[in-house]
Amino acid sequence: MTVSSPDTATPNPLARFIPGSQDLKVITASDGFTEITVDRSRLIGVLRALRDRPELDCNLLLDVCGVDYPMNEQRFEVVYHLTSLAKGHRVRVRVPIDEDDPRVPTAYGIWKAADWFERETWDLMGIRFDGHPNLRRILTHEAFQGHALRKDYDPEKRWVLTEAETFVPDWVTEADDEEDFETQIINIGPSHPATHGTLRIVARLDGEVITRAECEIGYLHRCFEKMSETHGWAEVIPYTDRLNYCSSMINGVGYALAVEHMLGIEAPPRAQVVRVILSEFSRIMDHAVCLGATLVDVGALTNFWYFFQPREEIYTLLESCAGGRLTVSYARIGGLAHEVPADFEDQVRYLLGYIPKFVDDVDKLVSTNRIFRGRTEGIGAISAEDALAWGWTGPCLRACGVPYDLRRARPYLGYENYDFDVPVASTGDSYARYLVRLEEMRQSLRIIEQAIDNLPGGPVITDNHHAALPPKSKVYSEMEALIWHFKLIYEGIKVPAGSAYLATEGANGELGYYLVSDGGGKPYRIKVRPPCFAIFQAYPHLLDGHLVPDAIAILSSLNIIAGELDR
Amino acid sequence: MRPVTTVNVDRPRRGLGEWIYLGPIVKGLAVTLRHFLRNFFGQRDVATIQYPEEVRQYSERMRGRHILTTKEDGSLRCVACYMCETACPADCITIVAEEDPEATVEWEKLPVSFEIDLLRCVFCGFCVDACPKQALVMSRKHDFVFTTREEAIVGIDELKQKGPIEEQDLGYRPYY
Repeated sequence: MTVSSPDTATPNPLARFIPGSQDLKVITASDGFTEITVDRSRLIGVLRALRDRPELDCNLLLDVCGVDYPMNEQRFEVVYHLTSLAKGHRVRVRVPIDEDDPRVPTAYGIWKAADWFERETWDLMGIRFDGHPNLRRILTHEAFQGHALRKDYDPEKRWVLTEAETFVPDWVTEADDEEDFETQIINIGPSHPATHGTLRIVARLDGEVITRAECEIGYLHRCFEKMSETHGWAEVIPYTDRLNYCSSMINGVGYALAVEHMLGIEAPPRAQVVRVILSEFSRIMDHAVCLGATLVDVGALTNFWYFFQPREEIYTLLESCAGGRLTVSYARIGGLAHEVPADFEDQVRYLLGYIPKFVDDVDKLVSTNRIFRGRTEGIGAISAEDALAWGWTGPCLRACGVPYDLRRARPYLGYENYDFDVPVASTGDSYARYLVRLEEMRQSLRIIEQAIDNLPGGPVITDNHHAALPPKSKVYSEMEALIWHFKLIYEGIKVPAGSAYLATEGANGELGYYLVSDGGGKPYRIKVRPPCFAIFQAYPHLLDGHLVPDAIAILSSLNIIAGELDR
Repeated sequence: MRPVTTVNVDRPRRGLGEWIYLGPIVKGLAVTLRHFLRNFFGQRDVATIQYPEEVRQYSERMRGRHILTTKEDGSLRCVACYMCETACPADCITIVAEEDPEATVEWEKLPVSFEIDLLRCVFCGFCVDACPKQALVMSRKHDFVFTTREEAIVGIDELKQKGPIEEQDLGYRPYY
């Protein structure tokens, strides 16, 4: 099986900096990645060089995942996605490994971000990472049998979990003599109003101060990636809505863009601009939910209502376009499901006038309030280096002073044509994250304003019927359209064999889709890089020395969405 | 490519006003008082509605409970082609087909049973998009109650259109 359509004609510009690149396979993949295939014995050397060589400077580990190719000689493949913020290049490292000895050395010592991503790969693909400090299952229960994403794991398999055992970290039972205060263990979640989703935090308190914490996730795990492998490419779109359900439009658009890239097609200009408008509205909603919840958690309830009022109005716009409010399923591969309603422009302009006053109200109400500042300033602060090491992206990274925004760094959907600023703060604490999100809502409104002024006419979905369903009027009347309709539904979209990683700027950060196709109508493998997965793995380490109420203030300022975290 | 223009949003603490609470508190009270007075006396900008006496008007595209449309003679338009079942991302549609005994042409199919598990259904509308006969559309009805899981699996009797199509509170359907 071929897994990529490489550009072998031009030598890769980065190849000469990689140690021993003469006998490594270094190519430029079709999605712009420098692709290195390396044996596991040399993996750590290559990864270290990728991070430490100034010419390579890959300071952000985006994703680690496993792919199963039962037909290949070496069955498994571990795939690392890296990027350099300063240089802008992206690197993919592939490590083929044998079935009878599925292990690779851990990258945790190079990027801390590898922590949970490697645990996930172990959990779902059964690949061991030697030297990993805490290689336990992460998304499924400890008692789960097998590895769900392996191709020989039957997706129809159901079994009842009978063990009631809950996870208890080792350090809970450890005796600690140094602490003279009363030490106790508390448990927050998984069903707790302040966790805003089903996740569990176990914390050890010394008096009132948290001295150690660990998180357990996976309560909302539904193995979305396995489900995708049993359905067509188009049918994955409703699943993506359930990743970050506060901004479902962005997920669908990101997925559609990735598949369009593999198909080599592009959505019509009108669809692209509508996608921008609705994605930015979704971003505003997401930030509104996050800030509303943060403020509720520190005791400022009014703001929650001020933010939910415009949110309902945006939902009304989305519903009049797509028919659904929360899970919109509006994006399609090759464009959008339908033409926007006739009053779309009026509705957007109404919202443009309606939203700013609520943002300003919240700004006036709390931004300079001493109680709020006292609760959030210096709380959960993280340095830019640490944030990058943990794989942070999005508003949380920008709050540390790193102006990394994919809409600027790698523009898609014509974002290069819009005039907007990337908000950054310098302190990296909860207060900075609040300020960055508040400003991002204003910047999103700026983008929408420019987009609606230049909304082009024309169709909203491509007329390439290899990808998009023909219009219904033709299906009812024309034989050819009917045949296309049947073929697309029964066989699915035939995505050419290969793989691609495409990322968009989600509301929480870089939302990446790594897609592998074998040329059939169903995805061979879909890996989502959820932004809050990387952010949340640093959370237990942020808690050191904080109080329990601070832990809640930090959690909500990170905007952890369980649907995306657990997939 | 445009250069990345950034805007710094840091807000260092300023002056005595912030320190003694008073300024920001008065400013905050002004905001809430404005909302209160406007909602109490002036234009009622109240976001809440008195549900269930008052219901929100949804758009014509609202994806709600499915309707199996009928022909003029009252028989189902559905020809049991399994397109909706295939396109369903939630695998909630089950169709059993047989030959139509009253068909005017030979080998015409019709569904003996057409079941949708409304608890599995995610209301994405892909079945409506997939239907080549406009036999399956959606209404705007979205609030239904079941007391058992079995009750949530609805068949032809529950789904079949009752009365003329115009009176059906139609939601998501083709021609959009």
